[in-house]
Amino acid sequence: MTVLTKLISELPAIFPMPVVIVIHRLKNVQSELGTLLSVRQKITEPDDKELLLPGHIYLAPQNYHLLIEADGTISLDYSELVNFSRPAIDMSFESAASAFGSAAVGILLSGANKDGAAGLCHIAASGGAAIVQDPRTAGFSTMPQAALDLCSGIQTMTVNDMIRYLRNISTKINTEK
Amino acid sequence: MVEEISHGDFTELVKIIQQRYGYDFTDYAEASLKRRFSRFTGFVGINSIFELKHRLLNEEHFFREMVQYITVNVTEMFRDPSFYKVLREQVLPRLASYPIIKVWHAGCATGEEVYSMAILLEEAGLLDRCRIYATDMNETNLQKAESGIIALKDMKEYTANYMQSGGINDFSNYYTARYDNAIIHPALRRNIIFFQHNLVTDQVFNEFQLICCRNVFIYFNRALQTRVVKLFYDSLTSLGYLALGIKESLLYNEERAKFETVNQANKIFRRKM
Repeated sequence: MTVLTKLISELPAIFPMPVVIVIHRLKNVQSELGTLLSVRQKITEPDDKELLLPGHIYLAPQNYHLLIEADGTISLDYSELVNFSRPAIDMSFESAASAFGSAAVGILLSGANKDGAAGLCHIAASGGAAIVQDPRTAGFSTMPQAALDLCSGIQTMTVNDMIRYLRNISTKINTEK
Repeated sequence: MVEEISHGDFTELVKIIQQRYGYDFTDYAEASLKRRFSRFTGFVGINSIFELKHRLLNEEHFFREMVQYITVNVTEMFRDPSFYKVLREQVLPRLASYPIIKVWHAGCATGEEVYSMAILLEEAGLLDRCRIYATDMNETNLQKAESGIIALKDMKEYTANYMQSGGINDFSNYYTARYDNAIIHPALRRNIIFFQHNLVTDQVFNEFQLICCRNVFIYFNRALQTRVVKLFYDSLTSLGYLALGIKESLLYNEERAKFETVNQANKIFRRKM
């Protein structure tokens, strides 16, 4: 959470890409997670078929998988748990790889199971940027380590590296515009 | 599954299914259905899209197995307790004014939410005046729903959901536990009719005061969502209620103007006059 909050608050003021956050969370309880993460800008739990917009940050709702369609809209999904989780990171990563190809950026932070590893490898294979938090600095190293063990082409970064990386992307996209 | 399913493969698979078997998945949300296809090929151990197409074309039982596998049949009792609380407090008192209350539960999967509804209606003293039409496109689901058998291990969670929804009775009064299963009391099933209906290809069949269609729209694209809302509009009486899943919105729907919002957070709408 601390790492995530730090990433969000250090993002460039208007980040030129949509950001989607997927966290393993409980279902059927009243959750304030969205509010807690809204440290700098409002973070919303999207409705089904909502269009992803640059500069917005989205949080995968409780008890749904979040998938991204080729037209940049969100499809929620209430199918079986994947890696004991719904939302599952793998589902979001895989669909982002297929929707955005080389324009996708996947970042896998600390976590206690292997969810996200397979999806991150899909992003790498589609030419996107696949990044894990350096397992040595992660609260739970299982998740980033699982991705590193599964495929090559994944970059290892500290949180400060990630912030620099995201700022560079932002500058790059803004100059291209 | 070694091969990734491309957009072209996806379109072809959908076409094969439509032409050969009449099930129309054309306007389903692609990301989700693609994932279901790959999951199925992994399950049956198929390694190429070619083989998948070949078997779909030639083996009907293979297709039946696939439909069962790719349609999402996940559900729970009193899912989203806040929704049931609003139903209990705001919707049922209005329905009480009708001599006969007709409810359509569209896309009921294995029936857990249908029985949740029956419990609400029973507690409101309305079940005797109700007819609940519970439909799904999947025959196996309907058989399971009709049996009223639910895994006992889930009942703890369902009981918590029920209480959060404002239920004040002893939840275990509604079922009998035996070995690993719970069976819903037959009395609750007295006014429920289960039958097959496909929202994509089938038509209006009755007129309702309440239509519940929760977590079905998420598998459809915007165009299909609009078509199905039209079907619901035509199936509702004036001022009849439409309840969707709490993350399903009418915002992107061309039929939006024909409905008024009853409860935005829980996605309960009402047909205008």
